[in-house]
Amino acid sequence: MSPSPLRKWERFTFSERLARFAVFLGFAAALSISLRSVQIIPEFLYDAPTQVADLFSRMWPMDFAYYPAGIHDAMMETLHIATLGTLLAIVMAIPIGILGANNIVHFPLLNWLSKLILVSSRSVNSLVWALLFVAVFGPGPLAGTVCIGFRSIGFVGKLFAEALEEVDPGPIEALTASGAPWFSVFLKGYWPQAAPAFWGVFLFRWDINVRESAVIGLVGAGGIGMVLDTALNLFFWNRVSVILLSIFVVVILAELFVTAIRKRII
Amino acid sequence: MTVEAQSDSSAQPQRSICIENLSKEYVRGKPVLKNISFTVQGHSSVAIIGPSGTGKSTLIRCVNKLIPPSSGNVYISGENITHLTGRNLRMARRKIGMVFQEFNLVERLSVMENVLCGRLGYVPSWRAWLRKYPQKDIDNAFSLLDSIGLLEFSRQRADSLSGGQRQRVGIARAIMQEPHVLLADEPTSSLDPKTSVEIMELLVSLSREHNIPLLINIHDVELAKRFTVRVIGLSMGGIIYDGPPSELTNDHLKQIYGGENWLQ
Ligand SMILES: Nc1ncnc2c1ncn2[C@@H]1O[C@H](COP(=O)(O)OP(=O)(O)OP(=O)(O)O)[C@@H](O)[C@H]1O
Ligand SMILES: [Mg+2]
Repeated sequence: MSPSPLRKWERFTFSERLARFAVFLGFAAALSISLRSVQIIPEFLYDAPTQVADLFSRMWPMDFAYYPAGIHDAMMETLHIATLGTLLAIVMAIPIGILGANNIVHFPLLNWLSKLILVSSRSVNSLVWALLFVAVFGPGPLAGTVCIGFRSIGFVGKLFAEALEEVDPGPIEALTASGAPWFSVFLKGYWPQAAPAFWGVFLFRWDINVRESAVIGLVGAGGIGMVLDTALNLFFWNRVSVILLSIFVVVILAELFVTAIRKRII
Repeated sequence: MTVEAQSDSSAQPQRSICIENLSKEYVRGKPVLKNISFTVQGHSSVAIIGPSGTGKSTLIRCVNKLIPPSSGNVYISGENITHLTGRNLRMARRKIGMVFQEFNLVERLSVMENVLCGRLGYVPSWRAWLRKYPQKDIDNAFSLLDSIGLLEFSRQRADSLSGGQRQRVGIARAIMQEPHVLLADEPTSSLDPKTSVEIMELLVSLSREHNIPLLINIHDVELAKRFTVRVIGLSMGGIIYDGPPSELTNDHLKQIYGGENWLQ
């Protein structure tokens, strides 16, 4: 046996290293460009702590009496918007998700169509959806619900489609081989495997939607946001502080609730 | 066992599977199966042996068109099913029970529901959805579970069972179809030797009881010889040996698997 030549080993090949360097350079360039376009004005920056202190002094003491009078009903409305909106999203996301799973629907054109719908739902911000539906339905919780629904399709549908694509093909093959019709194969083969992920996504999205539906009221789509908007416009700072606190509490509670249930179903 | 099919089968013409000039090429010009022909009738159990990659799984999957054959015909109890599509294909597939190496149970469903999955070809989807299976199916499923010794596991989830138990559930699911033929693709390859023997015994006894042909892909030649009445040796996509296990010699095995050192 002749002596083997020295064998070199490196984590990355030369071209890989070149590519990594290019990505790094790209990041640096992007950072410097965005820093320049933000145009930070130093005077405003120095002033900020005083402003914050001023804001807090105006927010104190909190007007807790306002909670039963003006906040509670709006808060309930917000939760309803979040819940109904999420349900609406699910009803629409199930068929679109199925359409997007390329192991179920074998037409790339339909997969692509589904992806297009899902991406457009996600790429439009919820405030923009809200403005759109306030224009269609007028201000109020209906616009909010539909807004939350359309905004959430993308999220729910994408993750549902992915859960379907990750299904073990073995049982599917077995059910197909037994002569089961398509819908039965879906019910007994795909669904049991994708269901835990699906319910997890549903809960997660509901949690997000509680937060989102608190905001969309700012543009008139119902719920707590509308109350917040009014209080802000009238400079009732001690009401604003109670509203913010109650949003905070509800969001925390929603998160705890979702975490508790997720543990049980998964 | 008191599954309905048993009483039916004696009245009906003999259950059989007939494969005629079956060929399959995944890639044009590179046939995996070349002109395979054989017939199995009644309660014969047949082992298909051959080296890895020779097309055993392909052959068995061509029978129920999980893989579409390139040419040739497959007859199940006399009916040519090769050119069926859609609903007719589903009707034909009900007559073909299939058992898998990896069991292919729906892990998150209960044992009972997995067994009842064998009825999905007969039961409308809405019934399956509401879990309203006909009482007759439920009775059959229970007695089948009883006969394979898994009655007490009926409510347990399939993923809580051992490999041997899962395979028995897989077999029960296939039998629920009241099949005319039973196909098994390496049903024992994921199991220990003792469990393998038990599974082979179960398959062969079910084939006798229901008077249906049994086709088994198997790597274990000894197991094949012990439990089947006929061995088909495949090599390079063609049949090299087709006869009783007693006449299968080492020469044949050399021809089928190639080499000879492994035989010692
Ligand atoms: N979907 C496919 N596309 C292309 N070629 C395939 C496909 N499935 C199998 N093959 C090829 O067909 C040949 C036979 O495969 P098959 O799985 O039928 O072999 P086998 O006899 O069952 O092997 P094993 O004993 O390892 O299970 C192999 O060469 C394989 O590479
Ligand atoms: Mg195989």
